[in-house]
Amino acid sequence: MSTIRIPPVLRTAAGGSKTVEVAGATVGEAIAALVAQHPALRDQVLAADGSLNRFVNVYVNGKDVRYEQELATPVGPTDTIILLPAMAGGR
Amino acid sequence: MPKSFSDLMREARSQIREVNTAEAVDLVASGARLIDVRESSEWEEGHIPGAVHIGRSYLEQQIEGAVADRETPVVLYCAGGVRSLFSAQVLAEMGYTNLASMKGGFQAWKSEGRDWTKPVVLSKEQKTRYSRHLLIPEVGAEGQARLLGSKALFIGAGGLGSPALLYLAAAGVGTLGIVDFDVVDLSNLQRQIVHTTDRVGRKKVESAAETVRALNPDVTVVPHEEMLTEANVERLIAGYDVILDGTDTFETRYTLNDAAVRAGIPVVHASVFRFEGQLTVFIPNEGPCYRCLYPSPPPPELAPGCSVAGVLGVVPGTMGLLQATEALKVLLGIGDTLSGRLLIYDALDATFSELRLRRDPHCPACGDGAPVASGSGVFTLKGGFGTSTGANA
Repeated sequence: MSTIRIPPVLRTAAGGSKTVEVAGATVGEAIAALVAQHPALRDQVLAADGSLNRFVNVYVNGKDVRYEQELATPVGPTDTIILLPAMAGGR
Repeated sequence: MPKSFSDLMREARSQIREVNTAEAVDLVASGARLIDVRESSEWEEGHIPGAVHIGRSYLEQQIEGAVADRETPVVLYCAGGVRSLFSAQVLAEMGYTNLASMKGGFQAWKSEGRDWTKPVVLSKEQKTRYSRHLLIPEVGAEGQARLLGSKALFIGAGGLGSPALLYLAAAGVGTLGIVDFDVVDLSNLQRQIVHTTDRVGRKKVESAAETVRALNPDVTVVPHEEMLTEANVERLIAGYDVILDGTDTFETRYTLNDAAVRAGIPVVHASVFRFEGQLTVFIPNEGPCYRCLYPSPPPPELAPGCSVAGVLGVVPGTMGLLQATEALKVLLGIGDTLSGRLLIYDALDATFSELRLRRDPHCPACGDGAPVASGSGVFTLKGGFGTSTGANA
């Protein structure tokens, strides 16, 4: 099981969880497991065609999967996946 | 057995290597540190470019800060070559192994027609006001003069802008521009500490300027009471050395990013949400830009501002102060900035974490392709989310 860190802005859709443990050998499988547990997250993380939304960055152990193998990036049982959507607040 | 001055000189000469000005130049070119041990008043009349000033009376106290490694070659000079010789003896006693004293000192240097420079002289009051900066070798009088001649632009005088404005004003950054068209609201005061209760209803740029002037009369505030848009962004940011992005909307953040990339101005970026903050520095053509990090904005329901989602008042305070710190580093050219790194602060967990950012070669703003053409409209973000920077979050 790898750990997905849910950013504050998505926590409501994840039932308030800060982290979610998921099974899966790739980022794609891990995110599929995440949205199966919390269906409200689907539209916020994935585009209609199943690819990652461009406004959500995904990091595996601190590395941006855009520069790895996107959804096919492998994840191990001790890996941490971070979802990072843009935040605008400043005032 | 008492010693005469000549005895002491003989002794020093037998212990310390003396070099002429040409040899000193060669030593410095190959990595030696050049230390000027004269009095402050002499230094202010002119010194060798690149030299570090540590008056002889402060040498023991300050040398370790300026030259940490005792193996580093050090060349000392004074006015005529006597004080530097005795100073070198002191450093030898402290364990510095590679020392030289420049024969003839600054007088010889000048009379040979070599290059010298006159430092910006701080007033007596400025020397007192900035004394804690002057004591730091990385800032010193030269760095302080640089700050006084620098211009920083704040996009927003709100939660992030407030603490950053106060500290950059206190630090003596000479010109602070503020872009904000909003008025002070009572709900701002939970975190926007540059404003005060009796200024509710007044323009934020005016209120901020008043606070800054009361804190430091050295600082000139340039108020821009308007909303940053594609139409005015180039004019607003022109001439500034660094920009602190403290806005509340994606539209403004992208507009600012694209214009700053085109103008080559570094942007210190921060954003906050409830208990969390993100911070990084975008240095055009050196590191990634905002579009490399987030190629497109999220839909409005996923990106509520502080006015919708709320924020712990101190979180923009923390992030704004980190912005101020990065801005000072950019202006002074010291340390490693957060360029290429995103710092994430989680106040509830009390953790800071860091993600590595990459420059996107296909980035439409800073990538290998053509830069975003000004006013092309290609990246104009169509409505649907906050279109004003006055969301008062």
